[in-house]
Amino acid sequence: MENRRDFLKKVFVGTGSLVLGFEVFTEASVRNLKNATEASLYNAYLTITSAGKITIFSPNPEIGQGIKTAFSVVVAEELDVSITSVEVVQAHFDPKRFDRQETGGSAALRHSWERLRKAGASARYALLEAAAKKWGVEVTTLKTNNGKVINAEGKTFTYGELVEEATKIQIPDKVPLKAIDSFTQIGKSIKGVDNIDVITGKAIYGIDYYEEGMVYAQLVRPPFGKKLKQFDATEAKKIDGIIDVIAVGNKVAIIGKGNWEIIKARQLLKVEWMADKQIEDDQLHNTRFDEIMKNGKFDVKRRDGDVEKAFQESFQIVEATYQCPFLPHNPMEPMNFFADARNLEKVKLVGSTQNPGRTLPYVTKLLNTTPENVRTELTKMGGSFGRRISHDFTVEAAELSHIIKKPVKLNWTREDDMTGGCYRPAVRYKFKVGLDKMGNIIAYSLKGIGMNWNSVVRENIFPAGAIENVLIENYDLKSDVTTGYWRAPVTNFLAFAEQAFLDEVASKAGKDPIAMRLELLKKVKEKPIGNTAYEPQRFEEVIKKVAERANWGKVKKGVYQGFSVYFSHNSYVAQVAEVITVKGKTKLKKVYVVADCGIVVNMSGAKNQVYGSVIDGVGHALHGKLSFKDGVVQENNFNQFRLIKFDEVPEIDVYFIDNGKNPTGLGEPALPPVGGALANAYAKATQKRLYQQPFAEQMGNIY
Amino acid sequence: MPKYTLTVNGQQKTVEVAEDTPLLWVLRDTLHLYGTKYGCGMAQCGACTVHFNGQAIRSCVMPISALEGAKITTIEGLAPANGLHPVQKAWDDTDVPQCGYCQAGQIMTAVAFLKETPNPTDEQIAGAMSGNICRCGTYHRINEAIKLAVKYSKK
Repeated sequence: MENRRDFLKKVFVGTGSLVLGFEVFTEASVRNLKNATEASLYNAYLTITSAGKITIFSPNPEIGQGIKTAFSVVVAEELDVSITSVEVVQAHFDPKRFDRQETGGSAALRHSWERLRKAGASARYALLEAAAKKWGVEVTTLKTNNGKVINAEGKTFTYGELVEEATKIQIPDKVPLKAIDSFTQIGKSIKGVDNIDVITGKAIYGIDYYEEGMVYAQLVRPPFGKKLKQFDATEAKKIDGIIDVIAVGNKVAIIGKGNWEIIKARQLLKVEWMADKQIEDDQLHNTRFDEIMKNGKFDVKRRDGDVEKAFQESFQIVEATYQCPFLPHNPMEPMNFFADARNLEKVKLVGSTQNPGRTLPYVTKLLNTTPENVRTELTKMGGSFGRRISHDFTVEAAELSHIIKKPVKLNWTREDDMTGGCYRPAVRYKFKVGLDKMGNIIAYSLKGIGMNWNSVVRENIFPAGAIENVLIENYDLKSDVTTGYWRAPVTNFLAFAEQAFLDEVASKAGKDPIAMRLELLKKVKEKPIGNTAYEPQRFEEVIKKVAERANWGKVKKGVYQGFSVYFSHNSYVAQVAEVITVKGKTKLKKVYVVADCGIVVNMSGAKNQVYGSVIDGVGHALHGKLSFKDGVVQENNFNQFRLIKFDEVPEIDVYFIDNGKNPTGLGEPALPPVGGALANAYAKATQKRLYQQPFAEQMGNIY
Repeated sequence: MPKYTLTVNGQQKTVEVAEDTPLLWVLRDTLHLYGTKYGCGMAQCGACTVHFNGQAIRSCVMPISALEGAKITTIEGLAPANGLHPVQKAWDDTDVPQCGYCQAGQIMTAVAFLKETPNPTDEQIAGAMSGNICRCGTYHRINEAIKLAVKYSKK
């Protein structure tokens, strides 16, 4: 730990050879320095050589959220170099060098903001001090501009020219940071640092990783709840290029020289599964939801006042039940991973993982080795949406390599990816609200049941804090279907249900849905009830702004608006969806988005995240459906599982609140509200409420 | 195992693979050209799109036996030496990619489309691009980039 903290507050200095000898530096960075005989100035996040080459290292796994660009812009800003003049390198997994080297929870920027700034600022400090020494002037007379230090007479040193001298500078604990209003790159639109590699086909994703001598493998996995009885690989093994077919626990591994050979062999493989218990299907899932909702003993997550009494005293009760199916993540790059576990003192893992630190203990335990013996290299990822936080596929690869004593690339087909589990949990919610004569909410209760999920409720967020009597309860319903983090876990569905329900409550109370939210938030500002995780004034601001931008309540005939607002990952996002009806058909025409995620680091990347989240939320709310029969998922490729396409997306208007606060999450927060905004607009257009996802099959006429 | 000769990105290649091997796996596993991506294996997502004699095809369902003597262009062969194809340049300038995995297929589809339809309407763009799935949701930016590429092509 001490080591890592030192990295954060100090700039380490040394010669090229010292850099090479320094353990924290990975191959990727060494490659840049291999032939360097000149001095280098470096810390965990950057190196500057005396030849003037600047490299910035981005530790967090890149899944398409743009972290590699955003992180390096922050470092470059404080270092005062243009992002376009530096090389940005994905750092490999190195817990001694980096804290929290994972992607998840939209937390990377929030967590690393200060340390990234310090990394850039420390180096800039050393370079300025070095220049002051060389010129024999006060450092206050100097300034920096894009990789140069400039003195009062206009003379300059490039950063490279100062490296040798800068290596002798002591860095104070508190390095001065730039004033936020003096940023020249943060907040601008910065193109993705990997764009050129991506659009010319040079970018290497996990699935593209290749090593001489490696073999390919696929695993045939059992239906949920079943076990392997036996298999017959006689015909499968006759395919040219098949090396072996073996059982690995309850799975069958097909090992071959190429992917096509394996795909062909799989079709000839005969596998029998067995069951020693009841196997799940949709009907069983629904029966269990019904039973638990009726008689289950729920965990109380929050209790304010006395809801039972308040319901009795209510003038009007509003109740509704919502449900969503399990959902696969379906990143365009299916799961895959490379492992070379032939030598347990030198295990190598390479590929697409959001969380190498989570995989490591499982791999070391399985192989009976230590973390020091395992090297994990991170590649670019073809999407993830939470899927690659889980470690199932990484551990599979390591185990298989160890068993067959070969470096192996384990590939999942699309069918494996869609049927292989780790889903967004299926959830059922029951909401109940009690209104007084004036239409004020005096009681609020929420019961949530999630399949294989610790908790599918959120007890510290709005409208909790605004209502005297609140009861929030949860039930974790065990299932053989495996679950995992799916973009905006829990809130990807909870937000829809809650925001659709509040819209219905407003309608029953005879109130404007936005006015009702603002009324409730006013109560939180004046006298919050119990604990709350959100700031009511930031909520208010996004709500008022979106109402203004969408011209709320003043749209022309044939346009129907629905409102939704949600707080997640420390960010606030308000949305207005507009549905139009044409010849009896409804269409989602436009979504207005106002987000408060603090300082926007990269305007282009931020907009991309909002577009993507809205499209993701709309697409899965409309079409996302996964059904089970005898433990087997029925939708197994894109011909059956419909993802949203180009011609279905609404116009999206994005606006960010500019408040100078430290950045919070944006990879997820624009997703949760959109299902509610869409359902509420649809209700306004058709007088029909949507309670279950997917919506499309209930909406009938959409185009 | 039969041998097939085809031209990939201007270079003649001879491969020895089973006759039913889809071009996708020949490109990736045999020729080590990894720019063309696997997404679904059944021509549903467009991630594997390449050009076959100038036309966009789904390489995941195109058997090598149908390609003897064919001219194949993949994303790696699209750009002229020391530059970018106007569609690639438009993609960069619009900052289209998020994860980027589907973008080779999107670009190959767009290039073939713009060759046939140099002045597309919105409807034509939507029609041409709706067969390529982008799970990150870069569709708005793709739309912008195609319009920018039209401008670049006229210069």
